[in-house]
Amino acid sequence: MKLKLIMDISWALLLARWKQTLVAAAGVTFSIAMFISLLGFMTGLNVLLDGLILNRVPHVRLYKSIRPSQKQPVMQVPGFRKHYHFISSVKAVNASQQIRNSQAILTYLRNDHLVIGATPRITTQVFFNDGNIDLTGIVQGIDPALENKLFNFDEYMISGSAADLSKMPNSIILGKTLADLLLADVGEVIQLTTTQGQVFQLKVVGLFQSGIQEYDKTQSYASVNVVQKLLGKTASYVTDIQIKLTDITQAPAVAKKFAQIFETDAEDIQTANAQFETGSFIRTLISYAVGITVLIVAGFGIYNILNMMIYEKMDTIAILKATGFSGKDVKTVFLLIALVIGLFGGLLGLLAGFGISVIVDQIPFVTPSLPTITTYPVNYDPWFYGIGIVFSLATTLLAGWLPSRKASKVDPVVIIRGK
Amino acid sequence: MMEKIVLAARHISKEFADPLRVKVLSDVCFEIKAGEFVSVTGKSGCGKSTLLYILSTMDTVYEGELWIDGQLMKNRKEEQLAQVRNEKIGFVFQFHYLLKEFTVLQNVMLPGLKLNKYSKQEVEHRAMEKLTMLGIGDLALKNANHVSGGEKQRIAIARALINDPMIIMGDEPTGNLDKKNSELVFEIFKRLAEEYNQTMLIVTHDTSFARKTSRNIEMEDGQIINDIAVTDLV
Ligand SMILES: Nc1ncnc2c1ncn2[C@@H]1O[C@H](COP(=O)(O)OP(=O)(O)O)[C@@H](O)[C@H]1O
Ligand SMILES: [Mg+2]
Repeated sequence: MKLKLIMDISWALLLARWKQTLVAAAGVTFSIAMFISLLGFMTGLNVLLDGLILNRVPHVRLYKSIRPSQKQPVMQVPGFRKHYHFISSVKAVNASQQIRNSQAILTYLRNDHLVIGATPRITTQVFFNDGNIDLTGIVQGIDPALENKLFNFDEYMISGSAADLSKMPNSIILGKTLADLLLADVGEVIQLTTTQGQVFQLKVVGLFQSGIQEYDKTQSYASVNVVQKLLGKTASYVTDIQIKLTDITQAPAVAKKFAQIFETDAEDIQTANAQFETGSFIRTLISYAVGITVLIVAGFGIYNILNMMIYEKMDTIAILKATGFSGKDVKTVFLLIALVIGLFGGLLGLLAGFGISVIVDQIPFVTPSLPTITTYPVNYDPWFYGIGIVFSLATTLLAGWLPSRKASKVDPVVIIRGK
Repeated sequence: MMEKIVLAARHISKEFADPLRVKVLSDVCFEIKAGEFVSVTGKSGCGKSTLLYILSTMDTVYEGELWIDGQLMKNRKEEQLAQVRNEKIGFVFQFHYLLKEFTVLQNVMLPGLKLNKYSKQEVEHRAMEKLTMLGIGDLALKNANHVSGGEKQRIAIARALINDPMIIMGDEPTGNLDKKNSELVFEIFKRLAEEYNQTMLIVTHDTSFARKTSRNIEMEDGQIINDIAVTDLV
């Protein structure tokens, strides 16, 4: 009942100055719309750019690196145990990069509930022979079906598909730039030399484009058994196991665990791609900064309008106080006005922001490096809308606070005497 | 039976320090009993308004004691004083302060709604009654800004009456009205005194007005120099 009365008074004051109120609300609307659309666009871009890398990269990678023996002879001498060891005489031997028991590891991983999937890989360097020139390149031996399932391989194919690797014996998929350099097209046969000096001829069944030039210039894919043949290894030879997890944030912990269990090296995605997180973070930060800056400007608008209103309404405030309304009541009246401006402007801002997002989402965005993208990427995360309305209310309350306090402190005697 | 003391001023003094230290009120003492119709007169600048603002609890910076309805007003919170004004005091200013954003009826209702003693319907009914009693019931739904000065002052009186206050205070309520309207407003005060036994304290410089009240307090340089029942005056 009491609050209802205060609300009625706020509403009457607000209606009496509806034009200014509308301008103040429009400021909030503008800034919230800006905030929503900017954040939606920026994070849409983030998701896209992250996806460019993160979708293609395993969350955990198991491999075996060649390095000097961990146990040097000097460590075995009890007398030197507490000393610093300078002598490390046992050098790296020509150990195998093979992951032992790879089949057992893959079976184990496929049954682990933390793991979405695991796929074997063999990576080897080759020289692509192009007339007199040899181009250094890398052939990745993959399991085409699994690769497609876990890393959306086909999304990056511009002709052919991953499945063709298993259908066609001795086949290869080349990066677009590499294929251009080799003047090779689908259906043609290329020649390559392995590091051991053996020469092979493989048929090109597809081309891919990842959007990363450096990658497309050197990479090629063949099925696991083709690469095993290139290296002259048996069917159990695997150098990499790529794992995708249900929860990417678990990657560092899981990597450590797997390294112990399987006695291999393990690298997690966060360590391997730290720079992408930084990029995403900066883009998000910029969006928030711009949104909040605009909102603060709108806050000053509200502050001004409330101040002006209070200046105009001195008589009203004096009468309210003389007839028994307390300073607190008067303060609530003006805070409510600020709140209405914030809520109304904010809600309209959410709508406008959504509208702008939808429009941006329709604008064509065609780039050869991203074959699956046709329009600008936009993120409609409801979280932004929540933050938007909370921000608009917080800003208006903050902007309304000082003027409302001023109104509550108005001395009716000064006003009545001054007339 | 002794009449109840509605308001008592005990040794009230006030000085302004700005621009010079001037004592505006010195040692003002008097009591108002229920049903009295008191006028306060004196030359311009003698401290009448200042006294009235203190008595109405709006001004809290003074020395001495103010008792309203048997309660001391010293050291009370702003909110409590607002409550006292709302419930026990009706105020009529020289300039007819109405809220422009509301209708006549709403203006009269506001202090009643704030008091929150009656339902909205009852407050509205009571407000209508007061307006009708003052002969301006037909203005109820007009915007408060669209009525004449004399009408505004009568609306202000209706507003002062809405919570059945113990005392009505007025600071030159006829000071800004023409002769006809002044007389109309005075007739209303007289009726309130005679028919409703309403306690009133009205500041005025209109001696003919003062002569018709039941008691006159005369001030000079912040002091009471005369406090007499008006029947003696004739
Ligand atoms: N805020 C103030 N600061 C300084 N002096 C004031 C202030 N208000 C009133 N006065 C002085 O106090 C005296 C009494 O004023 P007031 O009570 O308004 O007189 P009245 O109502 O009898 O005409 C005057 O001399 C006036 O100049
Ligand atoms: Mg005066």
